Amino acid sequence: MKVGIPKELLATELRVAATPKTVARLQKQGFEVYLEKGAGIKSGYSDEAFEHAGVHMVGSAKELYASIDLVLKVQAPTPDEIDLMKENTVCLSYLWPAQNPDLLEKLAAKRINAIAMDAIPRISRAQKMDVLSSMANIAGYRAVIEAANHFGRFLNGQITAAGKVDPAKVLVVGAGVAGLAAIGTAKSLGAIVRAFDTRKEVAEQIQSMGAQFLTVEIDEDGSTESGYSKVMSQAFIDAEMELFLEQAKEVDIIITTAQIPGKQAPKLILDYHVAAMKPGSVIVDLAASTGGNCVYTKNEEVVTTDNGVIILGKLDQLPTQASQLYGNNLCHLLDDMGKAENFHIDMNDDVVRRAMVTYDGKVNWPPEPLSVTVAKPKTDTAPAKPIISDAEKAKKKATGTLVWLGVIGVFLFLLGKVAPADFMGHFTVFVLAVFVGWQVIWNVTHALHTPLMAVTNAISGIIIIGGLLQVANDLSSPMTILALIAVFVASINIVGGFFVTHRMLKMFRK
Amino acid sequence: MISAQVQTAAYLFASILFILSLGGLSSQESAKRGVIYGIIGMAIAILSTVFGENVEGYVYILIAFLVASVIGIIVARKVEMTSMPELVAILHSFVGLAAVLVGYGSYLDEHTIHLTGADRTIHLVEIFIGVFIGAITFTGSIVAWGKLQGTIRSKPLLYPGRHVVNIILVLTAIALGVMFGRADGTEAMMELYIMTAIALFIGVMLVMAIGGADMPVVVSMLNSYSGWAAAAAGFMLGNDLLIVTGALVGSSGAILSIIMCEAMNRSFLSVIFGGFGEVAQGNTVIEGEVTAATHEEVAEMLQEAESVVIVPGYGMAVAKAQYPIFDLVEKLRSKGKSVRFAIHPVAGRLPGHMNVLLAEANVPYDIVLEMDEINPDLPETDLVMVIGANDIVNPGAQDDASSPIYGMPVIEVWKAKKVIVMKRSMAAGYAGVENPLFYKENTDMLYGDAKATVDQLNANLLK
Repeated sequence: MKVGIPKELLATELRVAATPKTVARLQKQGFEVYLEKGAGIKSGYSDEAFEHAGVHMVGSAKELYASIDLVLKVQAPTPDEIDLMKENTVCLSYLWPAQNPDLLEKLAAKRINAIAMDAIPRISRAQKMDVLSSMANIAGYRAVIEAANHFGRFLNGQITAAGKVDPAKVLVVGAGVAGLAAIGTAKSLGAIVRAFDTRKEVAEQIQSMGAQFLTVEIDEDGSTESGYSKVMSQAFIDAEMELFLEQAKEVDIIITTAQIPGKQAPKLILDYHVAAMKPGSVIVDLAASTGGNCVYTKNEEVVTTDNGVIILGKLDQLPTQASQLYGNNLCHLLDDMGKAENFHIDMNDDVVRRAMVTYDGKVNWPPEPLSVTVAKPKTDTAPAKPIISDAEKAKKKATGTLVWLGVIGVFLFLLGKVAPADFMGHFTVFVLAVFVGWQVIWNVTHALHTPLMAVTNAISGIIIIGGLLQVANDLSSPMTILALIAVFVASINIVGGFFVTHRMLKMFRK
Repeated sequence: MISAQVQTAAYLFASILFILSLGGLSSQESAKRGVIYGIIGMAIAILSTVFGENVEGYVYILIAFLVASVIGIIVARKVEMTSMPELVAILHSFVGLAAVLVGYGSYLDEHTIHLTGADRTIHLVEIFIGVFIGAITFTGSIVAWGKLQGTIRSKPLLYPGRHVVNIILVLTAIALGVMFGRADGTEAMMELYIMTAIALFIGVMLVMAIGGADMPVVVSMLNSYSGWAAAAAGFMLGNDLLIVTGALVGSSGAILSIIMCEAMNRSFLSVIFGGFGEVAQGNTVIEGEVTAATHEEVAEMLQEAESVVIVPGYGMAVAKAQYPIFDLVEKLRSKGKSVRFAIHPVAGRLPGHMNVLLAEANVPYDIVLEMDEINPDLPETDLVMVIGANDIVNPGAQDDASSPIYGMPVIEVWKAKKVIVMKRSMAAGYAGVENPLFYKENTDMLYGDAKATVDQLNANLLK
């Protein structure tokens, strides 16, 4: 099969759908690779590098489209490009199918089998081909770098001979892939990072990246089955706005990443939030392309407000790296679709069915919903378990302990009343020994549990003493015989137990 | 001949040495020293008893001890590490037997027959309890040994109404105890016999009702019982050293049982009363296909992987695959790959069994990690090899509420990039639960005997 990579037409698009490295993978999969001359220049890959990798270079797009069965692209094909394609060509690119119904019609009319890379479902199996995740990762990193560039101060705190510098405070709104990448980058530059998300389940992820998880005091979970967040209630939004206002007064950099698939991005940072920020603060809006999370955001522009807040609506794409990751995503998808020799479109496959937005002359959008939230089994039908707060639990535990102590106290008192002094002495020793044993054994490492059992076996042979005390010189007495047998078996225990423990421990080596 | 005070001091010293001995097991470095402490403590205890008052018949004692020592050393030298569980079980039964014998001896002892009032009652209660626990430990351990050996089938033996029968038996034993306490002199021999028989029977039934996979709990539990039996003997003889040692061993076994139960997410009672493996099957339909890989493919994956985690289970012990696995690990490590082992607390038939087997095969213990240590690293791991393990890597325990093992902590191997499961066939594990892991996209099966398979992988890696 022949695979072709055309030059991207959009002037602001710096990426390319293949790099010399991914080309090598495609060839390993059995594809013949064609590339339009100059396709990789903007992302830092020269024609020579591609030629060196064994790619057939083609002079024009027209020539390219005429000879290939499979197109790898970044941006959605333009109508002109579609006209150049052969019928039944498979096309892999971004398509944004929800926003571009006309384009889908056009592709279907030309009988192009188009896969929208942005419609790959977010299930575990498809993670390796999820371009939204791989690109969001880059965006999150870059957001912090751009913010630092426009922000006139250090991000980390320093104490120098010239004086003390406070660390910058960064607020990340939305902890998806981009948000988490931004948290990690800001953290490693030394900033104090806080993050907000409506989905409670990401709190742990945020904390694991070293940021503080901010939340509002209203119990509403924004998770949905598609893995994105849902639209929240008015009360929640009010509380959220309140929180943002408080944070806006304090933080130096805000990075917003909130997007809703197929819709305008929600407006989260409003005029009074921006007004509350200090001059020189920076807002990076990663949702700029879908309308922006901030009211002042302009796509592909840098805006400075009257009070000196800089709002970034554009980001460098890091095209070299982005192309590599994007190309890898494409390779993984082709790997899944059977490589070159078995290449087939399997509409029963969850991933292919959902990403294949036009197939066999028909538009295949929108697909039926698919559930991806993994963790908890559904409990709709079952009665909800009563939720006991930690404080109540601790209280319950404390009362439980008290009751137990009371019972034990009464028991000991009664025992003391009837038992002889001798017994109480032994009993004291017994109880203390149990406590000592309890403390000592919890410290034993799991790896040594078998030797522990062997050694306790050996020392429980101490029962030999019982036998020793009972042996008499008179062999005919039943007591002596019983005692001798006891001594005998207990001795096997002692010697065998210690010996085998020693043998085992000798084997442990570093 | 040493005085009673010196003897008490010697016992105290021995107790301290025993505590230090157990404390030494907190790390591999100090463990060897710990055993030495234990041996010294035991020597002091025995010698101070033998040379104390009231001991006669030195010749018989010496003969019994020497013969037993020879037997002990032979057994300990010969035992294979894979059959450690059996050895531990049979040694438990000895302690139980000794406790029963000492109890009978104490009842017949002329020195104690003259006791009166509360002293006598307490003494008799001590004897009764000591013999009861000892007898249960004795037969229970023998059955456990049989099950581990395979001479008794490992399936739980369950009959309807067994709880009622057990309760009646225990009540009868208590009633016998009351009669035993009221009788004069040594007239109540009959009650003692009957009670012993009942306790022996309870011991058998208790362990018969427990399935193969629960063996680690049973063995730890019997370990605990043997300790309590020794402590009870200490009470009847008025000997503090026995009490202290028994209490140490008893709490050690109890803690091990708790750890094992937590690792299986089961309550202690449900294990004791048995019936695991017979529960209704989870009615989950597993989707997906089982894919098998060849030795060559797996060898290639090993070549390409940067980080490898090996999860061994009882199947590795059965096939004695730990030696070729060590060769494999050495080969991979010499190529600069990171290779580690992940051990589930209940892997094998004895707590810590896998660690001992790997140590025997020379695997350094610092690459052998516990479940909790390895789980966070698994998503970054290139390749996981599951060797002869099943239930401990079952994802159903986390995400299938209808699974019988739901809630049990497991090693999350499916999060790794690739999983190879070495198994003899598609049969279910001891818990009788289907394993959805085998049907996962990133899982390939490699069928065959674990040892032969690893040998082949070694051969393929050489090429």
